Amino acid sequence: MMSTGILQQRIFATLDGDEAVASVTYRLNEVIALYPITPSTPIGEWADAWAAEGKPNLWGTVPSVVEMQSEGGVAGVMHGALQTGSLATTFTASQGLLLMIPNMYKIAGELTPTVFHVAARSVATQALSIFGDHSDVMATRATGFALLCSASVQEAQDFALIAQVVTLESRIPFLHFFDGFRTSHEIAKIERLSDDDLRAMIDPQRILEHRARALSPDHPVLRGTSQNPDVFFQARETVNPFYAACPEITQRAMDQFGQLTGRHYRLFEYYGAPDAERVIVLMGSGCEAVQETVDFLNQRGKKVGLIKVRLYRPFDRERFVAALPETTKAIAILDRTKEPGSIGEPLYLDCAMAIYETPLERENYKASRTFPPLLRGDQGGIVGGRYGLSSKEFTPAMIKGVFDNLAQEYPKNHFTIGINDDVSHTSLPYDPEFSTEADHVVRCVFYGLGSDGTVGANKNSIKIIGEQTNNYAQGYFVYDSKKSGSVTISHLRFGPEPIHSTYLVSRANFVGCHQSVFLERFDMLQPLVEGGTFLLDTAYGPDEIWNHLPQTMQEQLVSKHLKFYVIDAHKVARESGMGGRINTVMQVCFFALAGILPRDGAISEIKQSIQKTYGKKGDEIVQMNLNAVDQTLERLFAVEIPERTVETRNFASLHAPVSDHAPAFVRDVLGKMISGQGDTLPVSALPVDGTFPTGTAQWEKRNIAQEIPVWDPDVCIQCGKCVMVCPHSVIRGKVYEPGVLEGAPATFKSAEAHDHDWQGLKFTIQVAAEDCTGCGICVDVCPAKNKSIPSLKAINMQAQAPLREPERENWDFFLSVPNPDRRDLNTTLIRQQQMQEPLFEFSGACAGCGETPYIKLASQLFGDRMVVANATGCSSIYGGSLPTTPWTKNAEGRGPAWSNSLFEDNAEFGLGFRLSIDKQKEFAVELLKKLSGALGDDLVQAIVSAEQKDEADIYEQRERVAVLKQRLQTLDSEEAKQLLSLADLLVKKSVWIIGGDGWAYDIGFGGLDHVLSSGRNVNVLVLDTEVYSNTGGQMSKATPRAAVAKFAAGGKPAPKKDLGLMAMTYGNVYVASVAMGARDEHTLKVFLEAEAYEGPSLIIAYSHCIAHGINMATAMQNQKAAVNSGQWLLYRFHPGRAERGENPLQLDSRSPKIPLEKYLYLENRFKMLTKSSPAVAKQLLKEAQQDVADHWHLYEYLAARGVQVPTEGGQPE
Amino acid sequence: MNLTTTYMGLTLRTPLVPSASPLSEEIDNIKRMEAAGAAAVVMHSLFEEQLRLERYELHHHLTYGTESFAESLTYFPEPALFHVGPEEYLEHIQRAKASVDIPIIASLNGSTVGGWTDYARQIEQAGADALELNIYYVPTDMELTGEGVEQTYLDILKAVKSVVTIPVAVKLSPYFSNMAHMAKRLDAAGANALVLFNRFYQPDINLETLEVEPNVLLSTPHSMRLPLRWIAILYGHLQTDLAATSGIHKATDALKMLMAGAQVTMLCSVLLRHGISQIRVIEEEMQAWMEEHEYSSVRQLQGSMSQKNCPDPSAFERAQYTRALQSYRPV
Repeated sequence: MMSTGILQQRIFATLDGDEAVASVTYRLNEVIALYPITPSTPIGEWADAWAAEGKPNLWGTVPSVVEMQSEGGVAGVMHGALQTGSLATTFTASQGLLLMIPNMYKIAGELTPTVFHVAARSVATQALSIFGDHSDVMATRATGFALLCSASVQEAQDFALIAQVVTLESRIPFLHFFDGFRTSHEIAKIERLSDDDLRAMIDPQRILEHRARALSPDHPVLRGTSQNPDVFFQARETVNPFYAACPEITQRAMDQFGQLTGRHYRLFEYYGAPDAERVIVLMGSGCEAVQETVDFLNQRGKKVGLIKVRLYRPFDRERFVAALPETTKAIAILDRTKEPGSIGEPLYLDCAMAIYETPLERENYKASRTFPPLLRGDQGGIVGGRYGLSSKEFTPAMIKGVFDNLAQEYPKNHFTIGINDDVSHTSLPYDPEFSTEADHVVRCVFYGLGSDGTVGANKNSIKIIGEQTNNYAQGYFVYDSKKSGSVTISHLRFGPEPIHSTYLVSRANFVGCHQSVFLERFDMLQPLVEGGTFLLDTAYGPDEIWNHLPQTMQEQLVSKHLKFYVIDAHKVARESGMGGRINTVMQVCFFALAGILPRDGAISEIKQSIQKTYGKKGDEIVQMNLNAVDQTLERLFAVEIPERTVETRNFASLHAPVSDHAPAFVRDVLGKMISGQGDTLPVSALPVDGTFPTGTAQWEKRNIAQEIPVWDPDVCIQCGKCVMVCPHSVIRGKVYEPGVLEGAPATFKSAEAHDHDWQGLKFTIQVAAEDCTGCGICVDVCPAKNKSIPSLKAINMQAQAPLREPERENWDFFLSVPNPDRRDLNTTLIRQQQMQEPLFEFSGACAGCGETPYIKLASQLFGDRMVVANATGCSSIYGGSLPTTPWTKNAEGRGPAWSNSLFEDNAEFGLGFRLSIDKQKEFAVELLKKLSGALGDDLVQAIVSAEQKDEADIYEQRERVAVLKQRLQTLDSEEAKQLLSLADLLVKKSVWIIGGDGWAYDIGFGGLDHVLSSGRNVNVLVLDTEVYSNTGGQMSKATPRAAVAKFAAGGKPAPKKDLGLMAMTYGNVYVASVAMGARDEHTLKVFLEAEAYEGPSLIIAYSHCIAHGINMATAMQNQKAAVNSGQWLLYRFHPGRAERGENPLQLDSRSPKIPLEKYLYLENRFKMLTKSSPAVAKQLLKEAQQDVADHWHLYEYLAARGVQVPTEGGQPE
Repeated sequence: MNLTTTYMGLTLRTPLVPSASPLSEEIDNIKRMEAAGAAAVVMHSLFEEQLRLERYELHHHLTYGTESFAESLTYFPEPALFHVGPEEYLEHIQRAKASVDIPIIASLNGSTVGGWTDYARQIEQAGADALELNIYYVPTDMELTGEGVEQTYLDILKAVKSVVTIPVAVKLSPYFSNMAHMAKRLDAAGANALVLFNRFYQPDINLETLEVEPNVLLSTPHSMRLPLRWIAILYGHLQTDLAATSGIHKATDALKMLMAGAQVTMLCSVLLRHGISQIRVIEEEMQAWMEEHEYSSVRQLQGSMSQKNCPDPSAFERAQYTRALQSYRPV
């Protein structure tokens, strides 16, 4: 192996951690198996993209990239691929890694070289979290995998190679991990590893050895035996020499790597003052911030240092102890994980034990060195603490807090840093004002909306600066938990030295506000330093803007001597043809003002980058952006800052995030999170078991719609369709007595109710103006047209701002109008059923979401007795992401009870609900019967025999149960108390198992299949978007043939799995396929039938999705086209019909009446294939059309098939 | 019997040429056209605006909703290359050329100057024998003068002519204040042929849905009267060739057009209605009629009934209108 030293020309690139890892591991493997899970998903997506392009690995062959049905499946593939001699890898995180554990034991037990790359992420406990900590990695400590940790994007790339080198030589499988988001998604300028670098490091002989160990019938062996008590133990101990050798091999590889690249790494890398007295030990991205802080403190005369832990397993005790300066007096070992009930977290325990064990072998050391004071028995100098769980910020201020703790005579042990633990008092104090932000680093913060392209522009700017200048660059992006109207905050740094600041920008010298509505929401000038620059996108010109700024902002502009610029970016973008995407405009402004590059040079770079980015999409797209560039500079103006502030209109600026009328918990806890101050909440503010109240989304008035629907009572035919399709439950209808209108606000609208059943009543459609996302889907489905101006309907979009105040008042009044009595509504008619109160409202789902209308429908029909098991995915994110939940309750306090278990086990989770509820009800009935004498036989009999088939029955049963509870309270027996606690279960409960296609078709299918076969009364709602929506459009088995998705970039070659048909084969499962946009009455009928069926029910609901690449406002038309083309069938399979001697299957859609092409090419997921692979698109279209025909004929046959009815003798007739 | 004609310098076995229609989207159909006796084929149109629209849509859908939510920063894989230009059309031209021996006339449809020249050049490179510019333009801008509209046509033609060497035909509508003057200007601007006329599909109102809907009506035999008249009027006054299109359903229709002065007669609706093999039927009937009436060649009858050569030239002008009214008597 050769090394050319560091003299060769290094290549720099600006990329994120995931891409950096992908670029190395792709080149070093032959088989890549994976399953999408945040934040590791992009690694696999890069691999897939490269494989689709035919990019070869280091040895000239294109790796096989396969997406599996779950991480459990991936682990199996890995084990198999490795056992048969391939170089194989995978990427995962969190629960995904946990699903791999069983096979990881096997892979390690068989000494199989491989590297798993993990973007470390919290494991779900009291809540799911997609953000970074080491709890997933720590759960694999016992598997036998080596654990190698990288702390930055540069290291993530480098260690991807080092891990591969070492695993091949040591035969120990490696888990290479880095912090989720902080490293996986941070964009940084790094030195790239060339193919030559890789070749210089990888010893081909080791690959041959790996292959030689492969299972092959040409030299057969047996592996995976079952061993008995006689030998298992000894066999287990055979591997010790391999683990003993691994650290040395790793250090050797690092040394070789250092020679090659100039980047030197050590297993335990000490950084800081040679004579440090206080040392922090940690691993992961936090090392970078600690390094920065150490530099800062040492420059000011302190004696501090840190040990970066690279190779955590196998733990090299001697190297660790040797890395500590002899002057060390106190060590803080920091863990980014929590292990409840332990003496301390894993890294702390390991390090403490390493130190503890060292004196025992002192003889070995004596000759070589003296011992630090703390090792001479003063164990009080070793403390452990937790930091940064789930990407909690870990800043120099906190780090200084840890060093300060070490300076105490008795440092606090088992501490936390970065939170306020007012319950167990673990937290260390720190001074949040402490900062190490360096003057030579340009630090910028940008506030944007997801839809405006801000993040994309910033990523582009980082690339330009990183790749066209000598500056180092860093970008990190913070997104909120909503999918519609989401705010993005970009944190960028640029500077001449490598940037180690792995925390958000705390002191900015440039702030860009890309949406003027944010002036009301964020105190964005607060982080700006004296003399900094503020850039605002606003419709007001430089002479007008001052009078339209919140006064606090004026004060900051004056007192901090800030430079202030305005541009009407939205206007420039609009006029350039870019709609709401102001990315290019704001990027130009940034370069013009930030002065990082000379202005002309910067503009030319932007133009080149536009050409590069958009060239493949056509000249128009390039030209559109170039126009925007040219127009921007002319319309960017400096604002002369007056010496004084003026009184401006009373901005809702930094107003209370929720109404004063909200419950205390919503106001004091959720409100803080809404306003972005969740970090300040103390431990005591949060529930101990992850339990939160429902009905909280109503308090979070987001006001994100530019336009909202406005009802025209004169045109309205009162069909209820707009209410039904509204994905956010912001359109509501009520019928009520005319007298209610007394005291109504002046602009409150009503009409005579049309329905025959409602003679003499009034009817109102009301819009929640402040909760609407402005998707416009209601307008599209409205069937009523204004006869004089047919471009207008009974509901029309109008600007929100002028309507906000009056409609707020109208909404409040509307809420005070009583809901119609559920017993009086004919729930089989949409126009009446839609008067039922939804118990799912104002979710943060994408504007125009195709899933939520189904959930809302279920909540209207059954919400007051519904318990929901929700698979992980979009529906668990918009359903259960803090700060608020759309699940709510009615005036009686009843509503859906909701929980999310895991991605893979949702069906089983829901079955658990059913078993438990049924068992408790059974016990309640037994107790009822026992206590019948005391409770009254009539009451007991009535309760036990109640059928509870409709709303009236349920109402009566509730009345009976209320009486029962009263009577039980007069009885003083153990059984009466038991029954009292179970009495509510005597009212029928509706169990719903809800999830997406990724769950139902892939990862959860095994469980779903089992639950369907159980015969138990559960209702399964599959929100079928035909793609993994939540993780960004990866193929699932529900993805139809010819659709483009990630991992099906060339169009999915196989047809969609027919989940419904599979379920029908059980015979006793109610199965239905619906598409609300095609036939809403059918959808309603299905929900009613499914719930009424006393066995398992499966509803497969076509859910249009932003991941289809469609116009969301007219998405219900896509549903209709899907059905009209025969791509999506509507049917019901009712086992009850079979019992009556009828064919259980009813086809509810007609034979295809439009060519499939007419539907498919409405959607980018199909259409884009005609642009990327025209010939393949043609072929797949043909095949897909054939699928439609075959599918239709099969169902036609099944629905027409005669049914044999068993005779009394048991023989079919 | 000599049915040969020339069109834009191409020698054609007969004057029967299928005009731009969806039929030519399939290579098999083009082969069948040749087998049925088509003398050349005008390919289906490359729609410049549609390509442009598709590019905007592709861009929109690839970016819409991205970079908004931490778990789904994008929704689609982005291939290294998109075929957002006319590649498919060009490949189709190439395949058509390779499949048949008759001339292939490409068709380009649009309404703005942008894009025309690039596409025209590429179409020539793909091997098309000629190019038909289908200028489909319905001016609705009240500020736009008739002169302005005419200038657009001329600009497009000149721009295209300046970049290609293959002959270029202009398919246009009859809606000019002075059709003859417009024809003269296009002739002067270098048009190798005028294709008369483009039929604008007029939208319809759906009374049930209260929507305006596109409404494609196939031509009827009476649609041929308008081009017949203008071909007859223009014949002999211009350098450029004249092609007749609209309403040619039978051999007699084609013969009338040829007599009016058309170099070629284009078939569309009749093929969509009765099939490609109808070309053969029309040719046979044409031949039979000519034999019966003792014509020896197409050349012999071409232009024979043009305004210039016909017995009563005023019949093509207003006089004919007044007479037609006078001759009408209610029964």
